[in-house]
Amino acid sequence: MSHRAVERAVRDSYGRLLAYLSMRSRDVAAAEDALADAFHAALETWPHSGVPERPEAWLLTAARRRLIDGARHARVQAAALPLLQAAAEEASELMGSAAGFPDERLGLLFVCAHPAIAVTARTPLMLQTVLGLDAARIASAFLLKPSAMGQRLARAKAKIRDARIAFELPEAAELPPRLDAVLEAIYAAYGSGWEDVAGADPRRRGLAAEALELGRLLVRLMPEEPEALGLLALMLYCESRRDARRGLSGEYIPLSEQETARWSGSMMTEAERLLHAAAGMKRTGRFQLEAAIQSAHAERARTGRTDWEAVALLYEGLARSTPTIGALVGRAAANAEARGADAGWRLLQEIRGDAVLNYQPYWALAAHLLRLLGREDEAVAAYGRAIRLCQDQAMRGFLALQAVRSDGRVW
Amino acid sequence: MNYTLLFYESPESLAARSDPAQRQAFWLAFGHYIQALRDAGVHAGGAGLQLPETATTIVYRDGERLVQDGPYADTKEQLGGFVIINVPDLDTALEWAARCPTAPGRAIEVRPNLAPME
Repeated sequence: MSHRAVERAVRDSYGRLLAYLSMRSRDVAAAEDALADAFHAALETWPHSGVPERPEAWLLTAARRRLIDGARHARVQAAALPLLQAAAEEASELMGSAAGFPDERLGLLFVCAHPAIAVTARTPLMLQTVLGLDAARIASAFLLKPSAMGQRLARAKAKIRDARIAFELPEAAELPPRLDAVLEAIYAAYGSGWEDVAGADPRRRGLAAEALELGRLLVRLMPEEPEALGLLALMLYCESRRDARRGLSGEYIPLSEQETARWSGSMMTEAERLLHAAAGMKRTGRFQLEAAIQSAHAERARTGRTDWEAVALLYEGLARSTPTIGALVGRAAANAEARGADAGWRLLQEIRGDAVLNYQPYWALAAHLLRLLGREDEAVAAYGRAIRLCQDQAMRGFLALQAVRSDGRVW
Repeated sequence: MNYTLLFYESPESLAARSDPAQRQAFWLAFGHYIQALRDAGVHAGGAGLQLPETATTIVYRDGERLVQDGPYADTKEQLGGFVIINVPDLDTALEWAARCPTAPGRAIEVRPNLAPME
């Protein structure tokens, strides 16, 4: 059994195990430490013995020992000890029973979104605990230094433990105010898995699948919440195109050139149904708008063309309600398609702030539009910038091909 | 677990405690609140404090002990009183804090107490 396969098996159960242990010890950091020990033991044992039939129960048994020992030593944690012992008994029952392992990830997500936790720590905390992203990756997604993000996360976990925040799924009335942070975290996790187009990193490929799973759980928990439906629809539209994003030799294929036959019809149908149901609830929002944009793109599978005017209009709404840099760049791109490069360039120029300096899609679009406007030297410089900012091999190759001067000279 | 609810009061709210037109309503509301805490069996102590002007503060400067007139924090909102409650978790503590009588400018800080020393 390879080291990698063990890592994969361990990763698949990370969120569920951490949620289970945290909900019982009320101490996220201690649960993380205990789990890290258990995983370490698994990496030593499983390559020889194979992955046990119930990997979660095995890991849980290893982790609870350490947690209970830790709790005995720390006086502050005395209150958690009975909870942990009960959990240990429950765990050994689970070892012997055929029942599924309890999934409390949503509960932990909503604990992380508690109003007593600093607003800026909520989404990063969910990404780290339930979704198992490391602090360095989260820091880069939030444009922070890893040390600063590490401190922010440590403070939040100390607050949860020391102030003893309740570890229960909040009552129905408490859910909606916490929902935004939960939606944001699930989407960020999906995005992180999605960016790894090549599937080179199995950890991250698993992340997209896990985000989808959480999206489904959330819809089950809050079926009347249109934004939860919108998020799941959005992820499904993106997921439906996973295979079409790459050519035979692994090259990047932009959305407008993808073969629609390679899109997953069943996922698009499910997404459409969700979006339709969300629209019926008459409370629009960011994720429904983003899903609607993807729905407009999906129409090409039926009609053979993209209605850029419709896409541009949807981006207009998104840019107004949620003016993130992604939405603003998307609006400029859609306007360029619908109304010409001039219109797109004007909108792109309006985006202010330092955020654009290191935002790869901004420079890729700028390069494309500058070329259409006949400003070849500036276009080549912008392509160079986009390539330097690009993390993905195939995408870099695509940009490098585009960067070849229109007169055929290689820059 | 014990939590301390610290009641920070605006000058207006503090003035209401002794204002003839408002004092009765003020103390009645607080009395009901404290009684509710007692009835629920969560009340574990506390006190209303006299006005900040009555405070005396000891500070240490350059190794020297100084006794000063007035409260320590030079802020508009001042501590008016505190209650200690015994509840299972922060969420329950926040629920109780939210039930306290409201007043303009009143803020309630909820702090978990350290476990008693053995």
